[in-house]
Amino acid sequence: MSKPNSVRKLGPLQVILLAIPCVAVLIVPYFNVLEPSLFGIPFFYWWQLMWVPLSGVFIAIVYKMVVPAGSGD
Amino acid sequence: MNIVATVVFIGLFLFITVLGFVSAHWRKGDMSHLHEWGLGGRRFGAWITWFLIGGDLYTAYTFIAVPALVFGAGALGFFALPYTVLVYPLVFAILPRLWMVARKHNYITASDFIAGRYNSPGLALAIAVTGIVATMPYIALQLVGIQVVIGGLGFPTGQGLMGELPLIIAFVILAAFTYTSGLRAPASIAVVKDLLVYITVIALIVIVPIKMGGFGNIFAAIPAKKLLLPPIKDGNTGLMSFYGTLAFGSALALMLYPHATTAVLAAKGPNTLRRNWVFLPAYSFVLGLIAMLGYVAYASGIAKLPDLAPYFKQYGPQFAMPGLLLHYFPSWFVGVGFAAVAIGALVPAAIMSIAAANLFTRNIYKPYINPQCSAQKETDMAKLVSLVVKFGALLFIIFLPLTYAIQLQLLGGILILQTFPAIVSGIYTRWFDAKALLLGWAAGLAWGIWAASLNGFKTSGYALHLAGMVIPAYIGLYALVVNFVVAVIATLVVRFLGMTNDKDATVAADYAG
Repeated sequence: MSKPNSVRKLGPLQVILLAIPCVAVLIVPYFNVLEPSLFGIPFFYWWQLMWVPLSGVFIAIVYKMVVPAGSGD
Repeated sequence: MNIVATVVFIGLFLFITVLGFVSAHWRKGDMSHLHEWGLGGRRFGAWITWFLIGGDLYTAYTFIAVPALVFGAGALGFFALPYTVLVYPLVFAILPRLWMVARKHNYITASDFIAGRYNSPGLALAIAVTGIVATMPYIALQLVGIQVVIGGLGFPTGQGLMGELPLIIAFVILAAFTYTSGLRAPASIAVVKDLLVYITVIALIVIVPIKMGGFGNIFAAIPAKKLLLPPIKDGNTGLMSFYGTLAFGSALALMLYPHATTAVLAAKGPNTLRRNWVFLPAYSFVLGLIAMLGYVAYASGIAKLPDLAPYFKQYGPQFAMPGLLLHYFPSWFVGVGFAAVAIGALVPAAIMSIAAANLFTRNIYKPYINPQCSAQKETDMAKLVSLVVKFGALLFIIFLPLTYAIQLQLLGGILILQTFPAIVSGIYTRWFDAKALLLGWAAGLAWGIWAASLNGFKTSGYALHLAGMVIPAYIGLYALVVNFVVAVIATLVVRFLGMTNDKDATVAADYAG
């Protein structure tokens, strides 16, 4: 890996971004309810399901922030 | 017996058998070195790593057990979802550093890293033994997935050695191609496995709910008590705290399992891994859909149909997913779906046995039995051990009751979590002392096993009574707290006494990148 393109360390902002999806699926009392339901799926289920792709989005944002283009494999 | 499904099933199985053997030649390296056989030469790019980690973590047992848990226990079974959401942000932050230092020093296992980082063969041995013990029942459970679908094809399983013949054949094939091709075999088979799994799951989750009049109807047919976790009552947080801690503890445990380390270290570089963790949640989404199949099966009432009831009687809720396939799909597609489960068992079983073999060879055989062994001898030993590990798992499933494997796997999660302080803190800091970490590990193990024994190793929860509250939570996590507290106090004492061993084979720059 060449020096000018090296990967940056995770700062406080990146750690917070990675923590958001984690917190979202750990606040159990908040999402342990039936309503509002979506297409007949209770909130408990679609909330957690929704955070799967969203966690990918948050990781992608952090990836863009810390890995400069051309920093190799 | 279901002839059409069986023919399709065997056809797909033969295809992956050939693929498993041929893959030895794929990007061939010098197979006399352990990192070639056991890590595929650390050359897997983004795509293959995606399939490999996916095939590794989302096992056949998952496909059978997760819908079974939702079918039987309702909302609690959905914990698999937050668990897989938690994994990737955590590993994104932590594991690239492990990859960097492992590459620099040619570490193949987490114990290799511990041995180098702490200059402590004792701590490395403890980590290696924990990894092997936790992995063995996990391999055995993969066989359960195969057993259920072989039963679904109409073969009598669980009735003596003849009934187990299909399972034994599947395992001999697995053992043979793992022996010759090493990690390259599960890596190439994982691609086929995933295609089959995605096709099966998408068909199930689209077609069956349409036939049943949409998800609204399905959820309306589930008893309200099953749909949510019971509310907090009389200062007892009940399943709410258990749900969250089980998800969190399982996520931490997952990255410590030897087979996860193996798949991660086999990647070409840290950015390959980082990119992967952006896209791996796609698997978790499929897992969420699979979990919902538990409710689909429940609402459809297939467990009470005369042609399927005997299966549910023999396999219990584990037949939820195979039952849906049998009831709603033509025979040829049943063959595809069942093959997906069976092949989905072979991939992780292969990786797990390779990981256990790497651990035994690198961290037990070489330091304690034959320190002068050559690279060739080391690799031969690992290949041999991979066979031993698999046949051990096979005997386990054939001769012992299934509940043993399930309980041991549950215990395995608690055990592997106790390697967290040594491995993960070691990735960041050398503050802890090796002796203190060993003491913490022992305390965590002892407390965890004791707590699990209180309920006869049946569940993984422990109810902590604290300040008038009752807080049931995952034993592994409570044990980890015990572990950390002991390790911190013991490190302070060791430092105060001036008995620290500060030798470290790695330097800070080895971790960056």
